Amino acid sequence: MRWGVVTFPGSNDDHDALYVVQHILGCDAVGLWHKDRDLKGADCVILPGGFSYGDYLRCGAMARFSPVMESVAQFARAGGLVLGICNGFQVLCEAGLLPGALIRNRRLRFVCDHVRVRVEEADTPFTRAYRAGEVLAIPVKHGEGCYVADPETLDALEAHHQVVLRYVDVSGRATADANPNGSLSNIAGIVNRSRNVFGLMPHPEHACEKVLGGEDGVRLFGSVVATYATRSAPSGVSVAPGH
Amino acid sequence: MDLSVLLAPVSAADAADHGLNADEFARLCDGLGRVPNISELGVFSVMWSEHCSYKSSRLLLKHLPTRGPRVLQGPGENAGIIDIGDGLAVAFKMESHNHPSFVEPYQGAATGVGGILRDVFTMGARPIANLNSLRFGSFDHPRTRYLVAGVVAGIGGYGNCIGVPTVGGEVYFDPGYNENILVNAFTLGIMRSDRIFRAKAAGVGNPVIYVGSKTGRDGIHGASLLASAEFSGEAEAKRPTVQVGDPFTEKLLLEACLELMERDAIVAIQDMGAAGLTSSSVEMAGRGGTGIVLDLDRVPMREPGMTPYEVLLSESQERMLIVARVGAEDIVREVFAKWDLDASVVGRVTDDGLLRVQFQGQEVVAIPIPLLTDAAPAYERPAAPPPDFEELQELRSEQLPLPGDYNGTLLALLDSPNIASKAWVYHQYDYLVRSNTVVEPGSDAAVLRIKGTHKGLALSVDCNSRYCLLDPYVGAMIAVVEAARNVVCAGARPIGLTDCLNFGNPEKPAVMWQFRQAIQGIRDACVALDVPVVSGNVSFYNETDGRPIPPTPTIAMVGLLEDIDTHTTQWFKSEGDIIVLLGRTREELGGSEYLALTRGLVRGAPPWIDLAVEKQVQTVCAAAIAEGLVRSAHDVGEGGLAVALAEGCITGPRPGFGAVVELEGAIRLDALLFGESQSRIVLSMRRRNLSRLRELAAEHDVPLTSLGEVRGQRLVIHPLIDVDVSELQRAWSTALPRRLET
Repeated sequence: MRWGVVTFPGSNDDHDALYVVQHILGCDAVGLWHKDRDLKGADCVILPGGFSYGDYLRCGAMARFSPVMESVAQFARAGGLVLGICNGFQVLCEAGLLPGALIRNRRLRFVCDHVRVRVEEADTPFTRAYRAGEVLAIPVKHGEGCYVADPETLDALEAHHQVVLRYVDVSGRATADANPNGSLSNIAGIVNRSRNVFGLMPHPEHACEKVLGGEDGVRLFGSVVATYATRSAPSGVSVAPGH
Repeated sequence: MDLSVLLAPVSAADAADHGLNADEFARLCDGLGRVPNISELGVFSVMWSEHCSYKSSRLLLKHLPTRGPRVLQGPGENAGIIDIGDGLAVAFKMESHNHPSFVEPYQGAATGVGGILRDVFTMGARPIANLNSLRFGSFDHPRTRYLVAGVVAGIGGYGNCIGVPTVGGEVYFDPGYNENILVNAFTLGIMRSDRIFRAKAAGVGNPVIYVGSKTGRDGIHGASLLASAEFSGEAEAKRPTVQVGDPFTEKLLLEACLELMERDAIVAIQDMGAAGLTSSSVEMAGRGGTGIVLDLDRVPMREPGMTPYEVLLSESQERMLIVARVGAEDIVREVFAKWDLDASVVGRVTDDGLLRVQFQGQEVVAIPIPLLTDAAPAYERPAAPPPDFEELQELRSEQLPLPGDYNGTLLALLDSPNIASKAWVYHQYDYLVRSNTVVEPGSDAAVLRIKGTHKGLALSVDCNSRYCLLDPYVGAMIAVVEAARNVVCAGARPIGLTDCLNFGNPEKPAVMWQFRQAIQGIRDACVALDVPVVSGNVSFYNETDGRPIPPTPTIAMVGLLEDIDTHTTQWFKSEGDIIVLLGRTREELGGSEYLALTRGLVRGAPPWIDLAVEKQVQTVCAAAIAEGLVRSAHDVGEGGLAVALAEGCITGPRPGFGAVVELEGAIRLDALLFGESQSRIVLSMRRRNLSRLRELAAEHDVPLTSLGEVRGQRLVIHPLIDVDVSELQRAWSTALPRRLET
């Protein structure tokens, strides 16, 4: 399969996401420039972390208007896999591809730390390699990661099993102390109703190598690879990468 | 605009207003052969300022050792460069942004980070790590909390946004910085060793191209008036001289410059930092022995009506000046257009040796370049020890009672802001971006892996300014060796350093003496450890209402790990490991955190340092780590052995190892526990490796003491200390949040 990693002006973790899918997973991957509408045959598009367009307005508010996002939205509506990490999650919310919004952390400070998240849903293209209930160590780093939505939206997210990751403590409990930013219901990541668009504040691309402190993020990318294999080759026929 | 006003000669009073004294003004007129006009005076005032000309320090800085087999670029460029093998090199430098940060903490600190980043990527390196050294006043001072919050947010705001990890640093609190905080920022970048870009103009007729943000009226006289004079009275009044940072534009500038460097277009490149367009053009021409002509009407401007004086002196951020080869103009425009940045040809390289500036068809500046650079004033200023130097060194320790409660003293030290956890600070920095961070903030040194190799880098920044106040020669030596010891404890070999020398007003003999002694100390330590100084920065006039800061020669050390797998951290790893001490504990309390905390005393002689012994201790530690004997290594610093042991217990990602230790020594018990004798390292290791370590220590004549073992949930130092590690952990981790959040 082929990954596409978007670079907005101000994207920072685009290098890291590319590094992981290319060097840790050994996949084909291509960079996508914000001014281009061409997704270059990507099977899964990553919207990476960073500060798109400086995030001087609301985070992600400018990026949603970029040419590449028109194509990403179209791709998502057609069922294409889209993974938004941190700023990418913010962009997805701003673009209306995911419900809710991300506002300033409750403590009003940027936070970079190692947190734990519990896999609430293993039944998504992004988490199928995990067990439901599994606790992962994945870092966060953001100033505006507090997930909010109105009560109806929250209820609908729960009812349709769209809350994929929740902040928890070491023993797996979703406590207030384990919540780094004040997100409602300790929400760390959600999927859309059709489960092909995933946004999360933690950075799985920074948890993919032992030498850097942990590998819990690898299976997130691995899940996508596995999904692609079953989607594109239901009869077990292998398909050339990139098509 | 009335051009005749621009050409009128200035008066001696104008010169004085620009920070030039009568002698300097006379020298200027003499060199120029006439009286300058206002734009020319502006150019002189910044180029001859302390900040740009190093007029008080130039002659002394020559004494520092700057060469070595790995040095590809020493001082004199935007950053120093060291070869690390595999066709790679690292470029790094540290710089101060003290006065701006005191005046406007968020923007001051942010633009400090922005400036040092530009210094590094202008050399052709991609920045991969930031460090910072911060010094604030006491928490009793009403502005301290505001300054801490603002500076930390500013560093994070800039570094996080541009995507360069802030992987380490130091934070100190001392009343000596109440009215003059220090913000020293360090950046390291990685590059191909065969592709260095320098700021040396060449090629008569080559275009001079301005890239980046537009020029505005901000930061005018940042270098000359803010950085080169002491404070008095209201700092707020100087806020207009502080620049405003835009990390997003800098991110674009960084990517555009690195992309352009892949094309064959650049002859020379330099950032527009202090003194903006003036210093970048003059310094590039100066290094190249050329002239340069600028047409100010082509400079992208943020607002109409700016005078030549303002355009030349603006310190608007996120701008670079490029000398390109003739015919490469379109390549430059194309790359910068991709990143939505301005690129404008504003001048040409000439052969007349002059800085010539055109404005609305009129030549408003014509100055021989050497008069602005090599012929700038250089002073051998008078130096004499401060009158209280001898007296401060006296410490009648026999009159100091021993503490009644050693447990309580240890807890109080862990609660001291200088020793306590700095997590409140570094959790506001992205220390992970670019996926290289192997050892995060919170150990003796940060460690990064170098992608595509099996190597790593260890980085540490250090200075104990109390030692420097008591004896600047010894204090500066200790700053160098401690920084080296920290990277050695991480498993690296020191390969080079950069310094940031923060002092008071050099026109005072006592300050000049402190500076001279510190240079001497750095030199001697560098020679002993065989580490070159490849870049640096001097910040004078750090004083307010006549009170100078404690002398603070901050040292940032870069170490190389040949094998990243040997990286080592400071905390204990496993129950049952034995704990040993390399080095000797002497009866020393002078300048200690213990003395300051418990007695309010900053006096006595700083710890004794023997550079030969230090070298041996580091050699043994490095060898033990390389042989895989060691599970943790920790430099003994502020708070002494007791604090070092407590840190071994509580600073790891999985806190909660206890230790049981026996200390012996025929010295005062408080000195044994809390004294800060140098050249000491606490190691923990499997018992079976001890005999090999003994051999190594004996071979190098290094004292080795077996202290005890990692065991249980309490730190027990027989017979004086016995505390639950959770209590140690609480004191150490809540100290800063408690002071900053209530």
